[in-house]
Amino acid sequence: MGNFDPQRVRTCKTTGLNVCLDAQFFIKANAVFAVVFLLVGAIAAILLALTRWPAVHLLNDVWYYRILTLHGLNMLIFWILFMEVAILYFACTSLLNSRLAAPKVAWASFLMMLIGAIMVDVIILMGKGDVLMTSYVPLRGHPLFYLGIILVAVGTLTAVILFFATIYIARRDKTYEGSMPLVTFGALAAAIIATVTLLHGAVVMIPTFTWSLGLTPTPDAGWYRLIWWGLGHMSQQVNVCAMVAVWYFLATLTTGAKPVNETVSRVAFVLYILFINLASAHHLLVDPGLGASWKIWNTSYAMYLAVLASLIHGFTIPASIEVIQRVKGFTRGIFNWLTSAPWSDPGFSSVVLSMIIFGFIGGITGVTIGTEQINIIAHNTLRVPGHFHATVVGGTTLAFMGLAYYVVPLIFQREFFMKWLARIQPYIFAGGITLMSIGMSFAGSNGVPRRHWDVEFTGAGIGAGFDAGAHFMLGLMGIGGTIAFIGMLIFILLTVATVFFGRSNAETGMVSWQSADRMKMISDAAGKEAEFEVEKHKTPGTLVLVSVLLVSFVVYYFANWKALAEVWWVR
Amino acid sequence: MSIQAPAKGWFGPPVGAEKLWIGVALIWCIIMSLAMPYYHFKGKQNSTGESYAVEPARFVDRVNRFVETNQVGEEVVTVSGIEKKIPIVEGVPGGDVYLLGRTWEWYPILKLKKGQTYRVHISSADLQHGFSLLPMNMNFQILPGYDHVLTLTPTSSGEFQIICNEFCGIGHHIMTGKIIVE
Repeated sequence: MGNFDPQRVRTCKTTGLNVCLDAQFFIKANAVFAVVFLLVGAIAAILLALTRWPAVHLLNDVWYYRILTLHGLNMLIFWILFMEVAILYFACTSLLNSRLAAPKVAWASFLMMLIGAIMVDVIILMGKGDVLMTSYVPLRGHPLFYLGIILVAVGTLTAVILFFATIYIARRDKTYEGSMPLVTFGALAAAIIATVTLLHGAVVMIPTFTWSLGLTPTPDAGWYRLIWWGLGHMSQQVNVCAMVAVWYFLATLTTGAKPVNETVSRVAFVLYILFINLASAHHLLVDPGLGASWKIWNTSYAMYLAVLASLIHGFTIPASIEVIQRVKGFTRGIFNWLTSAPWSDPGFSSVVLSMIIFGFIGGITGVTIGTEQINIIAHNTLRVPGHFHATVVGGTTLAFMGLAYYVVPLIFQREFFMKWLARIQPYIFAGGITLMSIGMSFAGSNGVPRRHWDVEFTGAGIGAGFDAGAHFMLGLMGIGGTIAFIGMLIFILLTVATVFFGRSNAETGMVSWQSADRMKMISDAAGKEAEFEVEKHKTPGTLVLVSVLLVSFVVYYFANWKALAEVWWVR
Repeated sequence: MSIQAPAKGWFGPPVGAEKLWIGVALIWCIIMSLAMPYYHFKGKQNSTGESYAVEPARFVDRVNRFVETNQVGEEVVTVSGIEKKIPIVEGVPGGDVYLLGRTWEWYPILKLKKGQTYRVHISSADLQHGFSLLPMNMNFQILPGYDHVLTLTPTSSGEFQIICNEFCGIGHHIMTGKIIVE
């Protein structure tokens, strides 16, 4: 069946999957550096939170903007991309029972990404790249800053191409039968979006690089924004896609859930591919040069079909968990299946918390502030980072943390130290991020700008400032950020210590996060086909949950239209 | 299992609770899609993006001419210990008003009348800036090379601060301005 070199494969004692050792090496390498960049970004994060909390105001102005540049690139680009490459390599090898197509290409990709990322970080810390992550022209950074970003982008694109090539050889060698697994399908959707994203990056970054060298004229500011967001926003949609694939993956590993309807879940991924790129327009809704019809069509992602995709996944995943829990016998009432879920398995709690934060905070705020007219009372305020910290940090990063609680025992084959601490870590992190995002969002509703060192405007000719309510919200942001940082630090220390010094489980297989009874329930449930067929279209608990989501959504959405209707008239 | 190839014949339409939810979610998506064109025609706050290409130097000339012809006063302020005079300039209702963003000020101070409509031209002399009107919390992107025209009607009176909410270098956080509405 498989197409492995017999010397370069092992069979996982826990899952029974075949693991290509070349793929395993690059999964490890990319995951390790992902965590290194996560650490850099996290240290930057706490410095920023303690600066924007007016009562602390830690950094000076120069270092605030410098560290902000460092934070954005390490968190949004480096941590996420390295982790995503690891996920891609896993999804196209072990899940398809295939070897990695070309390990040498993986080396090229890895080295380009690593050199590029280090180059960018060094340039920033030398003070030669104080242009923030977006590097809006005509703000000018050092040429090596742009070159570093280009290297990371090309390196990632190389890994994406290797992913496609591996799927090709797996199909050619018939290593699996029929359609690819849903998780690989989700990773494939992410890879397709990533390709389009990285091409936008090349289109915008190459002329900016040659301009920084003095060879070509200044790119037009409006053009730069349009194309840059084809990179900047779409790369976050790659995260969404990868995160949803991880949700499905961990729901299966931790509860035995299987998709209720493969067609629905797959169509939702296709909707992402078709429509999510239009969301780049969300950053340009109050820009000059773009008309109302362009803004309205693009902002709606063509009638919100990409939002529909997220609403579908937000139903299908809890529904699949509810169904399998009911099959196991947790049938009492509407929520017995949920209260009896494996809440002390960090892989499970991470996914559920990630879904709640992503949906209730990130999703609702994102669609609302990304509405053409409502953006007038949101653009470039703290509402924007309030939104995307809920999606990318509370959503994607938390889901990836949950993934790490399985990657380390299964791929690195090490058992975690201090498991009790790992079990509570997702709750600490999720709590901190929730407080922080809420603080940011409501400070932003008061007009507090994002990317701003001093909300007291000390030294400005004409004074300005904010009321006590906004300061309270900034305090909440600072406290939430501190708690999230503690949660992040626990995760990094546990993971790093385990990877290097943890007890090997290569002989025994992974020690489950859950009790033997629960694991037996999972394996028993897999055989109960008849019960599954009975339960699969009856998910009352999930219907209640998504109804609560929809009501919150409607209330927040119309409250914002009302707030908009109260400001000055403008056309 | 989402980590295994699905069994043959997996393709099929949604049924039961899933079908219900997809229907409800789709209706909500359509409502949100229609809300924007509706508000575009019926609402009073829209970002139409009306703008014209302009060389930054030419735009600075227009602002200076506007200040020369329409100045009604000045305000003395202190920026980093140095005294500076900022002109207060009154717009003609229904007419053109100019506002310049540059590192690091909004120039000049504008004086408008409540309930009157003005065509406010805003552009940048150098970098990208963010026009943010407080405590109203109205925000527009300002780009060099683009004369961004806001057809603006103040509906409340008093003194309003303009801050910059697009990063424009080290003095970004002291970039402020003012609109006085009578």
